[in-house]
Amino acid sequence: MSLSIRLRQVRAAFTLDVGFEAPAGVTALFGPSGAGKTSVIEAIAGLSRPDLAQISLNGRVLDDSPAGLRIAPHKRRIGYVFQDARLFPHLSVRANLCFGHHRRRSAGQFDDITALLGLETLLERRPRDLSGGEKSRVAIGRALLSGPDILLLDEPLAALDAARKAEVLPYLDALATYGLPMLYVSHALEEVLRLAQTLVMLDNGQVTACGPVEEVLSDPDLAQHLARDDVGAVIRATLTGDAPDGLSQLTCGAGPLFLPRLPHPVGTPLRLRIRARDVMIARTPPQGLSALNILPATLRRIDTAAAREGGASSHTALVTLDLGGTPLLARLTRRSVRLLGLELGMDVFAVVKSVALAREELQLGAPPKPRATP
Amino acid sequence: MTVFGLGPQDWQAVALSLKVSSLATLLTLPLALATAYLLARVDFIGKTLVNTLVHLPLILPPVVTGYLLLLVFGTQAPLGKAFAGIGITFAFRWTGAALAAGIMAFPLMVRAIRLSIEAVDPKLERAALTLGAAPWQVFARITLPLVTPGVLTAAVIGFAKAFGEFGATITFVSNIAGETRTLPTAIYTALQIPGGEAAVLRLVAIAIAIAVAALVLSEWAARAVARRVSGA
Repeated sequence: MSLSIRLRQVRAAFTLDVGFEAPAGVTALFGPSGAGKTSVIEAIAGLSRPDLAQISLNGRVLDDSPAGLRIAPHKRRIGYVFQDARLFPHLSVRANLCFGHHRRRSAGQFDDITALLGLETLLERRPRDLSGGEKSRVAIGRALLSGPDILLLDEPLAALDAARKAEVLPYLDALATYGLPMLYVSHALEEVLRLAQTLVMLDNGQVTACGPVEEVLSDPDLAQHLARDDVGAVIRATLTGDAPDGLSQLTCGAGPLFLPRLPHPVGTPLRLRIRARDVMIARTPPQGLSALNILPATLRRIDTAAAREGGASSHTALVTLDLGGTPLLARLTRRSVRLLGLELGMDVFAVVKSVALAREELQLGAPPKPRATP
Repeated sequence: MTVFGLGPQDWQAVALSLKVSSLATLLTLPLALATAYLLARVDFIGKTLVNTLVHLPLILPPVVTGYLLLLVFGTQAPLGKAFAGIGITFAFRWTGAALAAGIMAFPLMVRAIRLSIEAVDPKLERAALTLGAAPWQVFARITLPLVTPGVLTAAVIGFAKAFGEFGATITFVSNIAGETRTLPTAIYTALQIPGGEAAVLRLVAIAIAIAVAALVLSEWAARAVARRVSGA
């Protein structure tokens, strides 16, 4: 599939002007609150009327305002999961799930999806008797069962506490492998990293970046659009073995990495996230240091915060390293940069204090994995 | 023959009142629902004018409303003639009493239903649209079930208003025994007769009984519906 969008909406307080193409798979629409994320998906669902709207999905034109073409919301075949589940209070869970099911009824689909989302035991309940996490799952199931061409998820986890988030996330993982294109709106980078292949960054009504998640997040030019602690590279690595002392060994372009034992089989491709604040730089191979993950790298770029008018962080610099072909970002103080005498092209060592597993690489279009319901 | 000390003419008035107010309520309800939906959910040019027109019977003296009805639906008036063409005459007939009662009850019913439509979160209706329901299906499957308690309330308020309607009725269709003499006009008539106080008291007792019965019935129905709607 491919989703192609061009939108413009000029209002006194806010101008939305976005255009992007989303390939197959899960695309994250990421940005701070008020960036215009919800405006974009409301336009795709046909719930708003921007001044200019040109939207097509898999070659089917949904909107072409210059040509006066606009498909009514109920004919768009779009599954919209709202932030506030919006279950119909007068209907049971089963009736909620079946609300849009007449559209493309297929035998067994109801059972598949209720199983995928762990809803079998909730069917006769009323929405008011559900927990927040259960409501989210029912809302997702309801949207899926309406037989959509694409699923739009508007921060489905934002209204949930940490425990409920942890309850729903595995179901979203399962959904990501379901093969249905998804546009996932979020301002939480962890969710984006875990679920999405493509990232569209939105700030103040404009697209600031669009591309594969790893490329976009490893671009130092985009650091200014991210929260300070979110800045960091995403690298791909392969699980190569388990050490007897409880660690797993992974291989990335520049060498081995060690992480606490991972449950995945050897050979699994993984996506790792290394925050810029968790990377130190040494000019010589460090001795007598407890850190395990030390990788040789070449210094490619130094961005001082002063150049980016970021007042609060003006004492730091963002250093881009080349890790055997993959970029790695490190945040240092400007004093460290000066004291170490760092220069472009210099061979250094990256000391990685912490590595987070963003997710296992998902196989696109794979059949849904059986999952135990909690 | 007398029952509870009331003569056949009195019972005729009670029966006529029940007939007139039931018919007025039943026929006005769908119209009030459509008007309330229009006012609550649709933006259109002239909305203020429509809103004012709807409320007119509520703010005008009933006698004025009755006189206006006479001007519009009288035997020589254009609308009156048009209806006469399809066999419906309003002036000085019980159908006219029902028309007057319905028009007087209309604004109260619209207000009650409008309030309950406005209490339905439009986000639910938008969610239903994205699930492939056409606007009329959204109304039938989401909005209408959720406003049923409000519609019931409107029916009771409308029935009570129609049942008690006096001024517009007596002006429009007069006070003809057996044809347009409803319970309120019967009480009024009895009051004019020397020694009619006993009959007045009996009629008043019946009016109170009917009003209380309607209220109790509606409370019970509203509770049952609310339970079903909210899923308790």
